[in-house]
Amino acid sequence: MSTVALLLCGPAALLATAILAAAISRLAAATRLVYGAALFISAALLATVAGHLAGNPGEVSAVTLPLGLPWTGARFRLDGLSAFFLVVVNLGGSITSLYGLGYGRHEATPRRVLPFYPAFLAGMNLVVLANDAFSFLLCWEFMSLASWALVMAHHRDEANRRAGYIYLVMASFGTLALLLAFGLLAGPAGTYAFDAMRTAHPGPFAAGAVLVLMLLGAGSKAGLVPLHAWLPLAHPAAPSHVSALMSGIMTKVAIYGFIRVVFDLLGEPAWWSGVAVILIGGVTAVLGILHALMEKDLKRLLAYSTIENIGVIFASLGLALAFKANAMPSAAALAFTAALFHVLNHSFFKSLLFFGAGAVLTATGERDMEKLGGLIHRLPVTSFVFLVGCVSISALPPFNGFASEWLVFQAILRSPELPQWGLKVIVPAVGGMLALSAALAAACFVKAFGITFLGRARSAAVERAHEVDRWSLAAMAVLAAFCLLAGILPGFVIDGLSPVALSLVGDRMPVQIAEPWLSIVPIAESRSSYNGLLVFAFITISASLAAFFIHRFASHAVRRGIAWGCGFVDAVPAAQYTAVSFAQPIRRVFGGFAFRARETVDIPAPGALEPARLKVDMHDLAWEIFYQPITGAIDFATERLNHLQFLTIRRYLTLVFLYLVILLLVLALWP
Amino acid sequence: MAVIFELAVQGAQMFSVLLLAPLLIGFVRKVKARLVRRQGPSVIQPYRDLARLMRKEVVLADNASWLFRVTPYLIFAATWVAAALVPTFATGLEFSWAADLIVIVALLGSARFFQALAGMDVGTSFGGIGASREVMIASLAEPAMLLIVFSLALVAGATQLSTVAAFMGSPEVGLRVSLGMSLIALVMVAIAENARIPVDNPATHLELTMVHEAMILEYSGRHLAMIELASFLKLLLYMSLISCVFLPWGLESAGAGPKSLAVGAAAYLGKLAVLAILLAVFETAVAKMRVFRVPDFLGAALMLALLGTLLLFVSRSL
Repeated sequence: MSTVALLLCGPAALLATAILAAAISRLAAATRLVYGAALFISAALLATVAGHLAGNPGEVSAVTLPLGLPWTGARFRLDGLSAFFLVVVNLGGSITSLYGLGYGRHEATPRRVLPFYPAFLAGMNLVVLANDAFSFLLCWEFMSLASWALVMAHHRDEANRRAGYIYLVMASFGTLALLLAFGLLAGPAGTYAFDAMRTAHPGPFAAGAVLVLMLLGAGSKAGLVPLHAWLPLAHPAAPSHVSALMSGIMTKVAIYGFIRVVFDLLGEPAWWSGVAVILIGGVTAVLGILHALMEKDLKRLLAYSTIENIGVIFASLGLALAFKANAMPSAAALAFTAALFHVLNHSFFKSLLFFGAGAVLTATGERDMEKLGGLIHRLPVTSFVFLVGCVSISALPPFNGFASEWLVFQAILRSPELPQWGLKVIVPAVGGMLALSAALAAACFVKAFGITFLGRARSAAVERAHEVDRWSLAAMAVLAAFCLLAGILPGFVIDGLSPVALSLVGDRMPVQIAEPWLSIVPIAESRSSYNGLLVFAFITISASLAAFFIHRFASHAVRRGIAWGCGFVDAVPAAQYTAVSFAQPIRRVFGGFAFRARETVDIPAPGALEPARLKVDMHDLAWEIFYQPITGAIDFATERLNHLQFLTIRRYLTLVFLYLVILLLVLALWP
Repeated sequence: MAVIFELAVQGAQMFSVLLLAPLLIGFVRKVKARLVRRQGPSVIQPYRDLARLMRKEVVLADNASWLFRVTPYLIFAATWVAAALVPTFATGLEFSWAADLIVIVALLGSARFFQALAGMDVGTSFGGIGASREVMIASLAEPAMLLIVFSLALVAGATQLSTVAAFMGSPEVGLRVSLGMSLIALVMVAIAENARIPVDNPATHLELTMVHEAMILEYSGRHLAMIELASFLKLLLYMSLISCVFLPWGLESAGAGPKSLAVGAAAYLGKLAVLAILLAVFETAVAKMRVFRVPDFLGAALMLALLGTLLLFVSRSL
């Protein structure tokens, strides 16, 4: 039995679990059974892929199953790229299932979640393994629909129904774009199989069209601006562990789709394709994080921050395309490895943060940060692991987010060697955007952690909060450990990614494990190097030394008292800084162009008793510029067409007659 | 033997920055006082202040969490590690390869991240105002700093600070427009990052425009001492950075003999003194700006740095 056939048993088992779950979902033990089975199957899949990678990472194994359309069959294939994404999917899947063992018990309507959860996992696994256009699209749609069902789990809420509707529309649009892209790739011969597409090289026009369609299709699923509108609505609407899967894992499957087509099937890229992807990535990163900063709903903040990270990944992929087009394989390998490393890192910390948001939701029933605060006293473990997630996503050393962003910056610094002027102008500007988005991300997560966990409790729900169950804590602790490990030992991850880079961009980064002290050295030591392990050790040692000496030789006395606050004590917790007021300086700096934000202050006349009011007017420009004209046009057209429903029989007959005449005319004049 | 000597040089660097930082602050304060014809406290006053703070008991707010108590040590450690990795009197230190310039910037970012969090921990309005303004300043200063790093890296072909410093000391550098822009941008970023006039006033307390002081308002005793020492180290770090990149004369390789290292150390002290006097004169001459003028100030730094980087993408010799 080949490896891929063995791997296909996993999704089959997950689908069987889904059917079983539909049958038993009313039982009390169903939650435990389903998540336990999902955990076991994902872990088994992970072990199989790990065994395959440890044995022979370069090996490609393919299988054709007699399923799907008659005479075509369904092809599946495992290569380095699929193996890496299978690791991402199943690592995320198993830890999410572990979390679900605890979190799922708080679900009010488990029968709306349990059957779709394993199906969603199966869909993501199948997309990564698919090796022909038909199976790919089928699995992609299956994944979309399963996640849509999960978004609609709490369908009694009006906002969730709207989110589900917009998600469904955008998912159909994305699949349409993918369908057209595969149609172009299949060419006049209409070859379904990826193997045939790989050898057929489309012309420059078709290749450009495929790139644009992939940016629309995979980009809408991943959340590229301006196709992101559904993401901050749909991801938070699902139960928190599903939000983690959608944000942490499903967006990565979309990136897999993009890489599979653009790097693998499309052949040699043109240099301008790099420009397009880099620019979209940079804009996505900055706008995503600015939206996140303005948000006061914890889960929506996390969803917007996903958009930022997707932007970083796409900018790095765009760099890899530009380098590949200019025959600079070593630089392309650096940019490509950085992108994949960030894919892995983002799946860790975004899942961790959504789990943390889920824990807060379980403990307090609140997602609105303005009603939280002071949770560090009530949820000590959750707040610690959430802090680890915040530090990692803010790209601060020695955690993992920094390691991959550092590699992206190193790749940017290789780009002056690119010959085209378009790239020479775009790359430094996008470098500035990525630096800006990294700094804004730190600001955003100071806000997310500070408002939610620090300060004083803003509502009674917080006062009653208790630490969540052990399963959830275990899942979050495992992810926090991964965040630290990938940050202090990045060399192992980079070496693990080298077969993928080698097969898709034709080169790999230098071997890192052999470097002294486990540093990472992308090009040469005199040029740049980073050692997360040593930085971590230095910080730990110097902080402990300082604490030890001061406590030993100076003073260790502590007295508790009321807060100083310049002698002025805020009477009520509501007087604290809130999420909105925390973001106010940044809104004043960036809001003007990003949201057309306008503030008006209403000051009552002297002597009047009503309070003064501050009104902030903000616009979601992507929604207003791109979506409203389209929905407006559709509304207008349907309104007009609606009149046709209420005609007299005479007019209907005239219409039919006219239609026949036009049809005959066309037929007669057709050459 | 050579390894032991290099380790000794690295150790000397680590402890010399720690010892020098308060002296630098004392010197700046003294010069500022003399410029306005005050006597001013002695240059060793910061040491006395630190020693006194360390011996005092800590008064914690009732609802301060563990994060509030850990943060001073984290800030101190991150800043100290960053300061120890910037070449002061010698390049090519034993552990210089552990972190390049981007890492040093990010380490300072880590320190700021925790400082802003600690400001929000007690839940007073002052803490929140300080934290929210600090992240606004950082959101512009950090990208400007990274773009400056890009410019330097493109000129020197490396982000490794030792390589950059060695290259800047060699005759290949010449006069470049981009480096001039980077220098101006770096000075602006350094002023903002160290909470100096005109961005913030280090001498202020109880003022609605304060940023750094507002964040650390609830700290006392040894915790305050750690944070103060970290901010002293940060000023020293930026001055060392400016002097090793833009005034690289007298900078020796760590492998050189003790004699040339002594010359390097003397040159370093001279450079610090000059920069400290310049800072004091500048601070005495300008007034503090309104908080919402700061984005314009830092936006100018960001644009200058971006322009410098763009020029280098256009031609490596600009």
